[in-house]
Amino acid sequence: MPAWLFIFFGALAIVAAFGVIVQRNPVHCLLSLVLTLLVIAVLFIAEGAVVVGFLQAIIYAGAIMVIFLFVVWLLNIPGTPAPGGQLAPKFIGAIAASALGSMLFAFFSEPEAAVRAGAMAADYGSISSLARVLFADYLIAFEVTSVLLLAAMVGAVALARPPKNLDAKRDAEEPRRDEAAAG
Amino acid sequence: MTIDFVVYAIFAVAMLLVGLHLALFLLYFERKGSALIHDRVGANRAAIFGLGNRLGMPNLGIVNTLLADPIKMFTKEDFVPDGADKFLHALAPFIALFPVLVTFAVIPFGDTIDIAGRTYQLQAANLNVAVLYVLATIGVGVYGVALGGWASNNRWSLLGGIRASAQMISYEIALGLAIISMVMTYGTLDLQEVVRMQGGTWLGVIPRWGILIQPLAFVLLLTAGVAESKRVPFDLPESESELILGYFTEYSGGKQATFMLTDLAEQALVAMLLVTFFLGGWQLPYLYRGGFVLPGGFQIAVGGLAVSILGIIAFLVKTVAVCGFLGLVRWTLPRFRYDQLMRLGWKGLVPLGLLNVVVTAYLVVAFGSAK
Repeated sequence: MPAWLFIFFGALAIVAAFGVIVQRNPVHCLLSLVLTLLVIAVLFIAEGAVVVGFLQAIIYAGAIMVIFLFVVWLLNIPGTPAPGGQLAPKFIGAIAASALGSMLFAFFSEPEAAVRAGAMAADYGSISSLARVLFADYLIAFEVTSVLLLAAMVGAVALARPPKNLDAKRDAEEPRRDEAAAG
Repeated sequence: MTIDFVVYAIFAVAMLLVGLHLALFLLYFERKGSALIHDRVGANRAAIFGLGNRLGMPNLGIVNTLLADPIKMFTKEDFVPDGADKFLHALAPFIALFPVLVTFAVIPFGDTIDIAGRTYQLQAANLNVAVLYVLATIGVGVYGVALGGWASNNRWSLLGGIRASAQMISYEIALGLAIISMVMTYGTLDLQEVVRMQGGTWLGVIPRWGILIQPLAFVLLLTAGVAESKRVPFDLPESESELILGYFTEYSGGKQATFMLTDLAEQALVAMLLVTFFLGGWQLPYLYRGGFVLPGGFQIAVGGLAVSILGIIAFLVKTVAVCGFLGLVRWTLPRFRYDQLMRLGWKGLVPLGLLNVVVTAYLVVAFGSAK
């Protein structure tokens, strides 16, 4: 990727990321986040991590963010929340942001960081190298993670289902309609 | 370098035009083909100075559907409802259309061609992860309809948008599973390679098309693809008896036309994907690089350029045929109910897709991929 294009996409990513936290309307914030994710996917692809880039577009931008959109619609969050809000999240957020910023600074200020990033295998980021890492080198960890996700999914279904004895309880509490009519 | 750029630019534009013209073909089928199926006369009013009539030809409705309708659409008042999110309302049709149009870039429409002493793949963008690209663009396509529904400030629109996005996400899973089993069968994510492997024959007679290896995946991709393009019998998002027009109720003129074009172009894209994965893409049975080798040992020599052109023609004919089939489906089946739609997606197609993936995985490990 030529430098000017990288600068353009980088700037776009930063502007879109600011849009997430600056805008008032939750749907607009969410769309800014989608744009950020897509631009970062483009940057991944430009850096040779093609599979990671496309997976980011498929999973994060194409699936997870649509679910977020649903949640925003279903919760019916008012378009313009009152200014101000709670102080604690802002405080914690500021600490987390400065910690992340200082870590990134420490990483990139090391003189050999660029060398370390440059020394990659020829097939770095290709689907076969990714598959080798996932399904050969770290197979057990990968499979255990999938079990974790399955457990989370089953748990979500169990939580969303109404309690089994709800109907029985309602029947016991309320006299049945035909009985009431007869009595 | 410049000639590369020019050649691929020409390929890209050509592919875009093919996609849009297929959409036009589907639009014509929508008007006149439906009339044929319903035993109606159909569109036959508009004509240019009654020209065809004076020559004694029946009015085929071509002026109606391909000229009068679009001109009417694009000269209508562009209406934005009160209280709508003006920016997103204007942007949504284009967010919907753009991912469909860029997907045409990775569809291989021919073998190779020699131009100025260099060999080019007949594919606008020869990506080695084209399958992931297709899944990504289809995934992002949800936003257009979802936002169109939301930005209109209309309850029917919002319901249509929610239905559309729920349906598209649900059927994306079945679509992805069908594609995964094809990827396992061929062992590649490169669509050009997928088509190459469908060349040749079994027993010298039967073409090695994907549909014969993976018939279940074909049905899955066909069903999920039609659902993905939101056409009858899966047109719940715009079911006019319940939601007026669903997510584009509050659109008029060019923007509404853009939404309709998106559906039609998506159908053309589904046809192209079906042809690429299952019907041998640009492979013409018994045609090889040197010429035809017919069953029984007859050989007809054909030049290199002619082979390339025959491949392109084969691709176009197959795609038009599948588009016609999709049109037939659209005018034959009644619309699903919403719970039926979800049951078919989650309890029918997804388990079948998973089963297909498991069986394919077993067969690939036991016998190797179709290479």
